[in-house]
Amino acid sequence: MIRDITIGQYYPKESKVHQLDPRVKLAGTFVYMISMFCFHRFLGFLFVSLFLGWVIKKSDIPFSYIVKGLKPILFLLVFTMVINALFVDGHIIWSWGILKISVEGIRKAVFMGIRLSLLVLGASMMTFTTTPNHLTDGLEQMLKPLRKLHVPVHEISMMMSIALRFIPILLEETDKIMKAQMARGADFETGGMIKRAKNMVPLLVPLFVSAFRRANDLAMAMEARCYRGGEGRTKMKPLEYQQADYIAYGVLAGYIIILMIGLRYIPSIWTIVG
Amino acid sequence: MNYMIRAKNLVYEYIRRDKEDNVVDITTAINKVNIDVEQGQFIAVLGHNGSGKSTFAKHINGLLIPMEGSLWVDGKNTNDMKKLWEIRQSAGMVFQNPDNQFVANVVEEDVGFGPENLGVKTSKIWKRVEESLSAVEMLPFRKKSPNKLSGGQKQRVAIAGVMAMRPKCIILDEPTAMLDPGGRKEVMDTIRKLNKEEGMTVILITHYMDEVVYADKIFVMDHGSVVMEGIPKEIFAQVDELKNYHLNVPQVTELAYELRKEGIPMPKAVLTVEEFMEAFEKM
Amino acid sequence: MIIIDHLSYKYKDVVEKDEYALRDINLKIEDGEFVGLIGHTGSGKSTLMQHLNGLVKATEGTIYYNGEDIYESDFDMRALRGKVGLVFQYPEYQLFESTIFKDISFGPKNLGLPQLEVDLRSYQAMRDVGLSEELIDVSPFSLSGGQKRRVAIAGVLAMEPEVLILDEPTAGLDPRGREEILHLIRKLHKEKKCTIILVSHSMEDMADYVQRLVVMHEGRIVLDGNKRDVFAHEEELCMLGLAVPQVTTLTNQLRKKGYTFTKDILTVAEAKEELLRILDKSV
Repeated sequence: MIRDITIGQYYPKESKVHQLDPRVKLAGTFVYMISMFCFHRFLGFLFVSLFLGWVIKKSDIPFSYIVKGLKPILFLLVFTMVINALFVDGHIIWSWGILKISVEGIRKAVFMGIRLSLLVLGASMMTFTTTPNHLTDGLEQMLKPLRKLHVPVHEISMMMSIALRFIPILLEETDKIMKAQMARGADFETGGMIKRAKNMVPLLVPLFVSAFRRANDLAMAMEARCYRGGEGRTKMKPLEYQQADYIAYGVLAGYIIILMIGLRYIPSIWTIVG
Repeated sequence: MNYMIRAKNLVYEYIRRDKEDNVVDITTAINKVNIDVEQGQFIAVLGHNGSGKSTFAKHINGLLIPMEGSLWVDGKNTNDMKKLWEIRQSAGMVFQNPDNQFVANVVEEDVGFGPENLGVKTSKIWKRVEESLSAVEMLPFRKKSPNKLSGGQKQRVAIAGVMAMRPKCIILDEPTAMLDPGGRKEVMDTIRKLNKEEGMTVILITHYMDEVVYADKIFVMDHGSVVMEGIPKEIFAQVDELKNYHLNVPQVTELAYELRKEGIPMPKAVLTVEEFMEAFEKM
Repeated sequence: MIIIDHLSYKYKDVVEKDEYALRDINLKIEDGEFVGLIGHTGSGKSTLMQHLNGLVKATEGTIYYNGEDIYESDFDMRALRGKVGLVFQYPEYQLFESTIFKDISFGPKNLGLPQLEVDLRSYQAMRDVGLSEELIDVSPFSLSGGQKRRVAIAGVLAMEPEVLILDEPTAGLDPRGREEILHLIRKLHKEKKCTIILVSHSMEDMADYVQRLVVMHEGRIVLDGNKRDVFAHEEELCMLGLAVPQVTTLTNQLRKKGYTFTKDILTVAEAKEELLRILDKSV
């Protein structure tokens, strides 16, 4: 059940997207996310979806697998949409007490739904195609200037990378502990919010204990392998831009230009929210 | 004589303190331990849980510093903090839980972690990673995620991760305790191969008697002290004493021992099925 | 009595392809049996065990518990979890309460029993696993590994199950810890008349403790019968990556050399008796 969560997981393939420099992918994801907040039109979404679809195709990851990544945020998605639909003022078409549904509300709900889905899908594309180590390497490189401000860039990226590595292990463990407690009659499924939260204690305590134990073990194993922070470390896979990376930057530039032109010159007939 | 590892009167105590920093409890984990290991030897340290064997293992690569006595690795004293990283490089360590010693998400990147920490040049890291992975016969898995490997395979990768640091000896702290019989065999075969073919000095910490049959020398620990030492033949001949220390000898060893007690002239220590057959047929 | 009737379990893998974890399992377990289940990692034994108390639902086939179909809509699944106690691998990792007694009470409390009954059962369970009364208010996290495991087993026993399933209860323990846990299980079988299903990798333990042995491979049951009959299939077991007790291997090889044994040998004591008889005759 809980193992179905695919967000933040790496999906091994040898595609062009996988082989790109993580810095390109980070920059791309950044631009992509910012761009989502720059327009309010369906045409824009169509363009972004096409772009995302093209990247997905290039990445060689099955589409169904990527969509599965939306599952865990389904609740958030529906919640956002319902809230928007019910509480946005405008041309009212249905009302009951303080609840009212307006045309604008529906528009806003659909808009938020699409935006959130596209955001999550886009972000998960980066983690699907980049190993956590590669990702943190990229991050470390890009954030290097911050070192002058005494930001522990290497340590932060190392922590992130390890956190990502242990996510699947801890998920599996959650599953196991849950089953073990259910075998002792624990109930995780029924009851109100407070009761449910209380019922989580038999799951959370062992999970934390285990996480600390693992952290302890890992710290020792890393020390035994001479890890002592970023100083004097070399890289097995240092980041070097290849031709494909420059092309990808080009594509990214094209993406920005098209969006800007679109924003400026295409009449706003398809605007969802004014 | 130049020893790879030399432990002299090693003492280590775990001290528990309460919130006001008063000592609540002192447990002597190891007490006046003397162990010498020569280059290229396959050494086994046996003992049940709490016998001090793991505490001893952690001293060898400086994860713990002795409270009394000294330990030298390749001539370097672990009390000398300046030599710490050299010591950790020359004495690599593999731990019990295969999941909790992986840093990277791809097998080859994990093997590269050690050399990266040592500041080895990129091209040389690749060479080392390839060599170490082929030494443990895991090269075909280099691009895989460690989560997709079996327990035995994970431990072999962990061994490769240590080998890539080009250590002079390798310490394995109960590397098979969490594995199934197939995985245990894989790991034991790998360890023996490294010792035989690459001449690696191996120190195996375990409570499985059947794993130490091929060791050059065995140390048995109990309550923090070395209580028996010798070659397998000498150790395995003392079945009753081993049972006192809560160690189980292989079934054939016990059988031969039982037959001897009944006056049958079996050899003093029989370690394998083959040896038993040979001895039995001579009668 | 448990009847597993044409049970299969399939799941979808990463690429949404159907994978069978269990295929057409048929098994009948009588009250009071002591059954051993072997098979290497990934053979489906843990998945099968989780079906027996309804944690995993079969995709095909069904299970009858005392004649009732557990997948009927009016079947009380919660009550079943109380009757079929399942001790997971490394059960000490599920401890969470501030005291040992509270942790053990968790199961009976969930069964909705009156407080007095909960306390009585928890107290009895503590005694059954051999934990002393002084430990009632001690935190389970301050215990040793072997003792933690006892607490976890007591937590399941306190529900007073009719069937007790243990998934590798000795994994990671040293020889002494293993023996203690196995003796405990044997005692429970004898005194409480529990039906016991024991999953283990150790053939020696199986030979010593269980009556009946079920062998699984790739989601199917491949051998099922009296342990002596099952261990008679040495070659088949070896092909599945499993083994037989060392003395069984030894006596089988002696048999090939022309020695005759009156029965299949599973333990050191049996082997000793037979070999003494053979030697007597040849003298």
